[in-house]
Amino acid sequence: MTTAATTPRAKIRRRGERSPLASFGLHATLIVTSVIAVFPVLWVLLTSLKPAKYANTADFVKETTLANYRQLLEDTEFLAWFANSLIVAALTTVIGVFIAATTGYAVSRFRFPGKRGLMWTLLITQMFPVAVLIVPIYNIMATLGLLNSATGLVITYLTIAVPFCAWMMKGFFDTIPAEIDESGQVDGLTPFGTFWRLILPLAKPGIAVTAFYSFITAWGEVAYASAFLVGDENLTLAGGLQKFVNQYGAQWGLMTAASVLIAIPAGLVFLFAQRHLVTGMSAGAVKG
Amino acid sequence: MAVDTSQSVAQAAGDDARGRSRGTGKPEGKLKRSVSIHWYAWAMVAPVVVVIGVIIGYPLVRGIYLSLTNATERNVARTIGVNEIPATYEFVGLDNYTDALTGDQFLGTLGWTLVWTVACVSITFTLGLGLANMLNRRIAGRSFYRMLLILPWAVPGFVSVFAWRFLYDERRGLLNTVLAGGGIDAVPWLNDPTMAKLSVIAVNVWLGVPFMMVALLGGLQSIPGELYEAAEMDGATAWQRFRNITMPGLRSVSTTVILLSTIWTFNMFPVIFLLTRGGPGEATQILVTQAYKFSFEISPRDFAQSSTWGVLILVLLMLFAAVYRRVLRKQGEAW
Repeated sequence: MTTAATTPRAKIRRRGERSPLASFGLHATLIVTSVIAVFPVLWVLLTSLKPAKYANTADFVKETTLANYRQLLEDTEFLAWFANSLIVAALTTVIGVFIAATTGYAVSRFRFPGKRGLMWTLLITQMFPVAVLIVPIYNIMATLGLLNSATGLVITYLTIAVPFCAWMMKGFFDTIPAEIDESGQVDGLTPFGTFWRLILPLAKPGIAVTAFYSFITAWGEVAYASAFLVGDENLTLAGGLQKFVNQYGAQWGLMTAASVLIAIPAGLVFLFAQRHLVTGMSAGAVKG
Repeated sequence: MAVDTSQSVAQAAGDDARGRSRGTGKPEGKLKRSVSIHWYAWAMVAPVVVVIGVIIGYPLVRGIYLSLTNATERNVARTIGVNEIPATYEFVGLDNYTDALTGDQFLGTLGWTLVWTVACVSITFTLGLGLANMLNRRIAGRSFYRMLLILPWAVPGFVSVFAWRFLYDERRGLLNTVLAGGGIDAVPWLNDPTMAKLSVIAVNVWLGVPFMMVALLGGLQSIPGELYEAAEMDGATAWQRFRNITMPGLRSVSTTVILLSTIWTFNMFPVIFLLTRGGPGEATQILVTQAYKFSFEISPRDFAQSSTWGVLILVLLMLFAAVYRRVLRKQGEAW
């Protein structure tokens, strides 16, 4: 862990070095914060592997069993909720990215009348509290008979996903040099051709991250899902988990097992994608 | 179809990309010309404009209208069996706003919402900055620490919130079990107004630190190392280097993450809703959860009041963003 070996200059060596005490302090702080960060998640995992009657014991491991998972998959609507969440989140993502991609590009590259207004709209719509849209959308969906349906929820989630995707993709398109567009135009491509043939392939990582982020947002949305969905088999995961833990009591065994099954796939993809997440978001916002 | 116009559009796009400003034509030819130049850009943004107009614009207008009425569950248009009952609510002007702004409930909730937002954002930012600085040094196991510290962000929020509720459980949760082992009385984490406030802030900070940390770490890594070397040559102390190189270097990242994080925290529905439902009493109720409660948890559902609060939240956030932006611009930050 000495830094000296990699840097030839004496000046840096002196700065990079730490007293053993400082190193110890640094590692101690990082270890403590890491434990705080990881512990709640780890505890849920450990609890899910204990028999339900021991869910509230303080032992890390006790009679390890998969009974909670078996009960969850066999006796509850968990799989239906999982499927609902998957369908809603996937549709929201695909439609959102599809609608927003060209806008992200146009806003990133062209100057046109109405651009400022559009940028502001995209920014402000992201500030919208759930509270301002939930009642009118609820009433509209009720009129259209779309309450309690996946279609209604997807349309609702697009109010979040479309502005967000456009904003974030603008950030990614901004990182692609404009010279590439110019070279496309020199070769006789139309702006749309440039976008489709040159820019889109280059922006694939950015689009993947945008898609992933809007998927996660829809996957974890609570307010609309709680208000619009009723009945056991129509719920999404966020609503379903509330069935396990409510004012009448808590089935921690089922809750923890469900949490693990929900978190594992999302977490794995997330760790893979997170490096690019912040880039897109802050790039879009800073250069706006 | 694009072939005819490709030349002029390509020029226009090229001009635009280079940011050169064009002179505006005579008024009569202006519209026609701007259509022929900009139709590509407009066609590209059209889907978003239409979608936003239909699924955000229209409900927003309706929401604002509802906030000017006395609509409740009892008097909106609804269908009971085969009977369609028409809406009977009435336009009441600004009464709802007067009521909200002069009554105790809105202002009280606003007060706690501000405390909650400021506390969460400042603590999250401080911790995120500290951790980012630590991770920016050469240290053994750096990527391992980074991965562990990011974990709270990777888990879907509602799952983490339930995990915390599990730990906070007053009678049998792990925190109190551990305290009991040390001979300390059970702490009413979510059942005492003050403790509940601290507990929800703690959970939100736990959820928010990873984003701050990653964003600020990215900012730190973009500061050229030569600046630090030069400062050191000139004999700058560690604090001076932090104050005069690190802080300015992080400016654009921090202004962005603080703005985003303030807006997110102000509207942070799931943490409050799933952890305490605004309780005990209304102690942890923030504006968003209270507005939700008006329209979905009380009987009869009070749509008008809920919309009023929603519009007020939006106005507050827009004011905040405008002031924030103006302050930044005064300090020379083009944004």
